[in-house]
Amino acid sequence: MVEDFSSEHPGGDVSPSQYKSEVRNLSFYYGSFSALKNINMMLHEKKVTALIGPSGCGKSTFLRCFNRMHDLYPGNRYMGDIILHPDNVNILSRSVDPIEVRMRISMVFQKPNPFPKSIYENVAYGLRVRGVRRRAILDEKVEDALRGAALWDEVKDRLHQLAYNLSGGQQQRLCIARALATDPEILLFDEPTSALDPIATASIEELIADLKDKVTILIVTHNMQQAARVSDYTAYMYLGEVIEFGVTDTIFIKPKNKQTEDYITGRFG
Amino acid sequence: MIFWLAVGRGGFLVCEWLSRNCNISIILFRPSQWSHFKVQFPVTARRSDNTSDSSALGYNYRRHLSERFIEALLFLTAFVSVAITLAIVAMLVTESLSFFEHVSLWEFLTDTQWTPLFDNAHYGILPLVSGTVVSSAVALLVAIPMGSITAIYLSEFAPFTVREVAKPCLELLGGVPTVVYGYFALLFVTPLLQKIFPELPGFSLLSAGLVMGIMIIPYVSSMAEDAMRAVPMHLREGSYAMGATRFQTAVRVVMPGAFSGIAAAYILGISRAVGETMVVAIAAGMQPNLTWNPMEPAATITAYIVQVSLGDLPHGSIGYQTIFAAGLTLLLITLVFNIIGHLLRKRFREVY
Repeated sequence: MVEDFSSEHPGGDVSPSQYKSEVRNLSFYYGSFSALKNINMMLHEKKVTALIGPSGCGKSTFLRCFNRMHDLYPGNRYMGDIILHPDNVNILSRSVDPIEVRMRISMVFQKPNPFPKSIYENVAYGLRVRGVRRRAILDEKVEDALRGAALWDEVKDRLHQLAYNLSGGQQQRLCIARALATDPEILLFDEPTSALDPIATASIEELIADLKDKVTILIVTHNMQQAARVSDYTAYMYLGEVIEFGVTDTIFIKPKNKQTEDYITGRFG
Repeated sequence: MIFWLAVGRGGFLVCEWLSRNCNISIILFRPSQWSHFKVQFPVTARRSDNTSDSSALGYNYRRHLSERFIEALLFLTAFVSVAITLAIVAMLVTESLSFFEHVSLWEFLTDTQWTPLFDNAHYGILPLVSGTVVSSAVALLVAIPMGSITAIYLSEFAPFTVREVAKPCLELLGGVPTVVYGYFALLFVTPLLQKIFPELPGFSLLSAGLVMGIMIIPYVSSMAEDAMRAVPMHLREGSYAMGATRFQTAVRVVMPGAFSGIAAAYILGISRAVGETMVVAIAAGMQPNLTWNPMEPAATITAYIVQVSLGDLPHGSIGYQTIFAAGLTLLLITLVFNIIGHLLRKRFREVY
């Protein structure tokens, strides 16, 4: 069942140097429960990779390995490697500081989770925890990040209002701005639109399409149409394994695996 | 009703305060609810056509009457505690009124001596207020930082097992009778402090305040910790995902998120410090003394009330009435803090 996708180069002849990250034999355990089983795949630089699959298949668990979120809770264990290029470092290694990893790999959550602070301070948060104090630098980065998240025009006159006054879609874009403010290399999205209405969802999807010029994106989604719309590569996961990984168009039009086809055509899942 | 006019919307805070201090539980009481208890029979409109009145869906008066009866019974039960509260306030006010017939409010508020039991009687509340303020300030200087740090540790850092051991221990600290704290202050803390400050007298606001602060820590820490643990996990994860450390997350995200609960914890601490009696009565001395220096002995409002209640002053004498005026002052001080706490809670209510 487990296939080694790292040997394939979907999308033609992509040389390994164009991978932002490679996952090698990754397994993950919550205590004794094996949540991820021997995953092999890669993230292409400045492309959107989507993870799809039925609930409980390990998509979010896999995503959260990339910024070592599992380190926050006791009893979790990683096995295998996630290599981050160009440094060629295994970010799951014990000698790697998870806080350093999170400074380079940002995350946007399922539910918009702005902090109980002003809009400005929300975006500046990542810079402040890195010790940036200069007002001019903060102002510039906050503006850039808000522009990057297509939120600047809506909030530029009320930067110092509480972030909770924004609508759900604006809050989610604020969270994206917050993640962008620190110039991350990889942006992780954990079902970023599942709590939003269709219009806000469309604006987030548009934003993701714009962002991939600057940053590598890994997105978990429940919504197959969304995966088809926003991603360049798609991985179908089931019960902690990657069943099929490839170029999104191929996965959706001509999946190699019967199980993937059943899921995508709605016969299962 | 007069009570309502006097305190308006803040009225139920008095109930809150009294319920906290007198161990009676009070269900919020608002005059607007009176209308519920008029027995209301439905007015059935007469129908112009000749349909029968004894329809199968007719109004069951017995059932509705018994429901009203139960409702009235529940209301009366709840009202007893409110009535007791009102009675306490009424007693304080009427006895204080006869006190203020002898002593002008101006003298009460401005005179710098409190010697109601001496031949040359002075009735200035200021010395008692200063004693209360200084001892409470010392207590809060101990309790607020210690309580907050304990809360941060327990809610954000402590592993499960540590928390399971530390919380009951802290609660035990809150369960020690205050009279024990009083003797702890007088017989242990004061001699200890005298080694550092040789000029410290045997009774002092400092040692009473310090011990009072230790006594209040569990109240502040457990309430603040509850507020911090109520901050949802996804806010913390958002902070960690930005590369923040545990401490940065605790101070920059969790504490602002729990602000209203933490403020409520501080206010509760202040109310307890102001109302605390035994520790100050035992360890701070009982001489009213207008001072802002914690190294001196002084009496607080509560200590004075204890002193006079224990004596054998005749009812109705002015010395006897002083304790009601003092009690009313105390009530007003705590009321002000409770109103501040209520406003803070409303202003910064949690919205995640």
